[in-house]
Parts: sequence; structure tokens; C-alpha cells
Amino acid sequence: MRKRFLAAAAALLLGGSFTSGASAADKLKVGFIYLGPVGDLGWTYQHELARQALVKEFGDKIETTFLENVPEGPDAERAIEQLVRAGNKLIFTTSFGYMDPTLKVAKKYPNVHFEHCSGYKRDKNMSTYSARWYQGRYIQGQIAAKMSKAGVLGYIGSFPIPEVVSGINSTMIGAQTINPNIKVKIIWVNSWFDPGKEADAAKALLDQGADIIMQHTDSPAPMQVASERGKFAFGQDSEMIKFGPKAQLTSILDTWAPYYIARVKAEMTGTWKEEDTWGGLDSKMFAMAPYTNMPDEVKKMAEDTQAALAAGKLQPFKCPIVDQDGKTVPCEGGDHLADGQVLGMKFYVKGIDDKIPGGK
Amino acid sequence: MQLVLEKRAERSNTIALVSPLIAIGLTVVTMSILFAILGKNPVSALIVYFIDPLTDAYSLQEIAVKASPLVMIAIGLSLCYLANAWNIGAEGQFLIGAVAGSWLAVKTQGTDAGLWVLPAMLLLGAAAGALYALIPAICKVRFGASEILTSLMLVYVADLLLDYLVRGPWRDPAGFNFPTTAEFDPVATVPVLIEGGRLHLGAVITLLVVAAAAVLLGRTIKGFEIRVVGAAPRAARFGGFNANQLTLLTFAVSGALAGLAGIIEVAGPVGHLQPGISPGYGFTAIIVAFLGRLNPIGILIAGLFLALTFIGGEQAQIAMKIPLDVTKVFQGILLFYVLACDSLILYRFRLIFASRQVSSGTG
Repeated sequence: MRKRFLAAAAALLLGGSFTSGASAADKLKVGFIYLGPVGDLGWTYQHELARQALVKEFGDKIETTFLENVPEGPDAERAIEQLVRAGNKLIFTTSFGYMDPTLKVAKKYPNVHFEHCSGYKRDKNMSTYSARWYQGRYIQGQIAAKMSKAGVLGYIGSFPIPEVVSGINSTMIGAQTINPNIKVKIIWVNSWFDPGKEADAAKALLDQGADIIMQHTDSPAPMQVASERGKFAFGQDSEMIKFGPKAQLTSILDTWAPYYIARVKAEMTGTWKEEDTWGGLDSKMFAMAPYTNMPDEVKKMAEDTQAALAAGKLQPFKCPIVDQDGKTVPCEGGDHLADGQVLGMKFYVKGIDDKIPGGK
Repeated sequence: MQLVLEKRAERSNTIALVSPLIAIGLTVVTMSILFAILGKNPVSALIVYFIDPLTDAYSLQEIAVKASPLVMIAIGLSLCYLANAWNIGAEGQFLIGAVAGSWLAVKTQGTDAGLWVLPAMLLLGAAAGALYALIPAICKVRFGASEILTSLMLVYVADLLLDYLVRGPWRDPAGFNFPTTAEFDPVATVPVLIEGGRLHLGAVITLLVVAAAAVLLGRTIKGFEIRVVGAAPRAARFGGFNANQLTLLTFAVSGALAGLAGIIEVAGPVGHLQPGISPGYGFTAIIVAFLGRLNPIGILIAGLFLALTFIGGEQAQIAMKIPLDVTKVFQGILLFYVLACDSLILYRFRLIFASRQVSSGTG
């Protein structure tokens, strides 16, 4: 009796370890570092949606793990290395501040592949990826100019980094095609997510005469303020229509799933290599939420602009670009600004009556 | 019948020793129930949290890296708190120290400056932290301003100054306008102790600080003075101790240690100056100081223990898919029990029966 029990236990142990060993070898482990909590809205949530899409696509051929709420300071390097040590072979680090930590860990583990979102440093085993959100902002600028009665847009900025500055510029260039005298008021809240500050900023902008709220921050607070005051607003990262059913005009939606699926496929087939991906509307790195709360002709205009941008017929930063001091910006990308000029943008275009904080 | 909390005639030294163990025991029980509710095996979860990180060299190093700044700041804070001076702004002093030391790193970047750079940076960091901490201390001594408020408010000033510098004058010219300085040169970097790891010289400095604080408090007159001024201000006045002078001194020392921790963190694990260099070290250190009962060795243990829960929490997220929020609940429950059990040192439970309650007339 006892012998049989032992034999059964041994079989169980052996069998158990055998199967787990086999599946561990087959499974590709994919890790994610998230800036915020997973939540149900915003930047991190959109990455989480893409991770879920990966699980759906590949089923039990992969195993995914994420670490959430990882601060962009000294803790990031450890968090990334923990994922490596847990056997993850492909690791997505989903915020700009993880750039140097990712690079450090990448140098230490040459056999692991890293994907860093929105940075500019790469290595043999470290790719970068980001989206040309400025294309979406151009569409939003046109819609805003059409819908604004006051001719004044209210813009809530997070940090004055090139991505945000180029978004403001693209918005204004789009808006100026409709109304050359359009004005913009900008408030920086120095945070990606701070509902209190964002709401205050939205109120202040409306009090200063703006009648359209645009945001480059993550919370739905500005949308709610616009909704309460009966004004229009644009969402950010996620669909925000439920926070302003009568207020949201559209929203730029981060859609990472196609890219993530492509990269995991490449990893599985052994064709992964270091790349710099900066995708726009054409490659579906982001999408526009349905155009709502606007007349049909404005909606039609927005859809036409979107189609032209996706087809590459329209360039938001088409030369000549004139900065706010009236100087023409050198045209380094043929008939439009070169990618490097957009990625490092630190000037406002003509028509913006403001100064970039800390700039110049 | 009634259960009341009653003050003990004198503090119980037995309970003082046993109370952390009771707290840990209660935490383990509570967390086991929580893990079970979440459908995770409580035993393996607790092993992932507490045991696994202690069993490999990598995790041990990381615990030391995480604990170093916490312990260093908490030691300084404990001197303040013992002397009844309430420095809540260690976070700001940490940031100012980081900024001051980074100034030299940025200025010498790309030059052939020698090995003197790092020691000078550390000195600058400590000096700046001390000076910054003296602002609320002087305001208290001179004008009677509440040091709790002023030191706290100066955190935001330091935060915004750092923000301004990395977005403006000190921005990496090759950094696409992103808010960070360039990576520091090797001579401006805190050396790593073990090749390939992250354990750095800061850990050694932290141990020296702990030892120095233990000697100061246990064996010197100054240490005695700090204790007396805090515990019995009237007696201290009769004894000729100057409370104001002591406020200035403890604030300066704690500011210096916070500033030193700041520049070590920037020149060590981070490698450049950027916003967000501190995940709230200056505030977490307040918890560490009290968890360690304002005793240097206690603080060392508390800091290591808190670091362990961070590392274990990450490993639990990876290995068992336990959400980060559970780790935070875990830390919260632990602190709650530690503080609750500490009240047993000065108080005790007593059952009072109805008849006695009536006759004693209390209610």
C-alpha cells in the first residue's frame, strides 16, 4: 500500500515536472512594464488591451507577465531585470522614462529582446516604437476650428517635450487651414495624469474664453468639465465618450495590438531584429474614435483629412513651416519637415502666442 | 463585561521585544486569508514574498540598493524626531542634494576632470541638503514658524527647481529636448561593488552612517542631549541644553544625510538627473524611522524589511500574478499591526466586568 502510494507520488512528481518543463520550453514568455495601474482607461490601459490581444491571438503558445505602476526612477531597472530573470525573452517597456534603464538591462542580457515605447536610444537587441499622433492632432485642429464659435482653443499640456509640442503645432496648422486667425491658450499641468489639476486647467481655459478643450493628458476630467459647461472636447488615448456623450468630438486611440502581435510573431519565427518604428494612420499604430457631436459636413471633412493623411497625400508639417517669430524652419525632409525635426521639436509655429516653458 | 485599554505603570520591555513578532504573525495570518480569498496558495505566496528574495545574490543586492537611501534618510530623521524637531521635508532635501551634486557632474561633463569629481559631488550634495534643511529650522527658531509645514512646502520648491533645470539649462543637448541631463561621466558615477550587479558604494556609506548614529546616540553627550531635549524639554533647560541650537543641528544633519542619499541615488542607480528620481524616498523614510523605533539598528532592519516587501511584491506579481495593489495592502496591514502592537508597550488590555464597572462609575 505504502509502496504504491510512493510510486504514485513519484509518478505524479515526475509527470508534473516533465509537463511543466516541456511547456516552459515551448512557451515564449513576454513581459511588460507599465507606468500606471492597469485601470480601465488611459495610456497604460491601452497597452494592457494590446497585451490581452496577444493572449487572444497566441493562446497558450505565449505566457505574458506585467509589472504595473513602475516609477520612472531608480526602480525601473530592477523591475525590467526581474522580468528578464523570470525568463521573459521579449520585453515591452511602455513609457519614455524607461529608456536608459531598458538600455542598461539590454546591454547586460544580449539574448533578450527589448521594445521601448517612445524613446530614441536603440541597441542590437533593443527596438523603439511610437505613433505619429500629430497626424490625429491635425484632424482635431481642423474640427476644432470648425466647431469653435469664439475662435479660441483651450489646450491642456502635460510636459513641454517634443511629442506634446509637435502635437500643439500640428493642431494649430490644421486649425489655421480653416480659420487663419484661430487662437490657442495653453496650460501645462506638469503631469500625465492628475484629474484635479486637469479639471482646474479646463475650467481656467473655458473662463479665459476658449470654447473647445483639447488635452495631452490622460484623465477624463477635462472632458467632464467641458461636458458640464456644455462645450466640446477631444479625448486622449482611450475612448472617453461616456464621460461626455454630448461633448466628445473624437479621441485619439492608442492601438498597439497590431504592432505587438507582429513583434511576437517575429520573435517566434526568429526574425526579430532591432528596428525603429514610427507608425501613423496608415499602419494603424493609432486610430480615431468615431466623429460625434458635429454636423455632417464637418464629419465628412474629418474623414477626408484622415484618408489623405493615411494615404500619405497630406503632411501636417508640409513646408514652408514658419515659427512664431516669423522665421522659416529649414526643410530637411523634402517637401515636409524631417522626422528628426518633428521628434526633437522645440519651437511653436506662427500663430501661437505663448512661450514653451524652459525653452530658449 | 468590557474590554478596555489601560495605561501601564511603566513601559513593558518584554512587549517591546515581542511586539514586532506579534505584528508579523498577525500580518501573516491576515495576508494568508486574503491570498486564500484571491485563490492563491497562501504558503507559496508568503514564500515568494519573504523567503525567495533572501535566497539569491541578485535579490539580496537589490534589497540593499533599495534600502540604502531609505535607511540613510531615516537615520537623519530619527535624530530630528528624538530631539522633538519635525522635519517632514526630507524628500526636498534629497532632491536638492541630487541637484547640487549633479551641478558638478554636468559642469565637468566631457572634460578631463579627475577622480576628485565624485567625492566633491557627494560633499556638495550633503552641504546643499543641510543648508536647505536649515531654512525651516531657522524659521522655527527665529520666528516660531511650524517646521512641519515649512519643511513640507519646501519639497515642492525643490521638485520644481529640479524640473526647471532638466528642462532648461541642464538639458542633454543630444536628448531631443526631453527632460534629462546627459549620462554622467564615469568619474562622476558611484562605483559598483560587484561587477554586473547594482550594489554600489552607497550601501557601504549607509552602514557607516548607521554605525556613526549608534555611537552618537549611545556613547556621546550630544546624543544624550538629543534624547533629553526630546523627552523632557524642561529638564533639558535646567540642564543647560539649548533646544534651539539642537533643532538647527539635527535639521542640518538630517538634511545632509538626505542630500547625500539624493546625490548617491542620482550618481549611482539612475546615472543622470531627471524628474522622478525619487519614488517618495523622503516620505517612506519617515515610516522607516518610526518602524525602526528611532533606533539606528532598528532603522537598518526596518529599511531592509521594507525593501524586502518591495522586491517580494514584484516577484509575486511576476511569479504568481498577484496584483500590485495586494502588495500595497500588505505593506499597509504590516505598518498598521506594527503601530497597533506598539501601543501594547505602554498600554495593556484588561477585561472589566459589569459589576466592577458600575461600582467604579467610569464609562
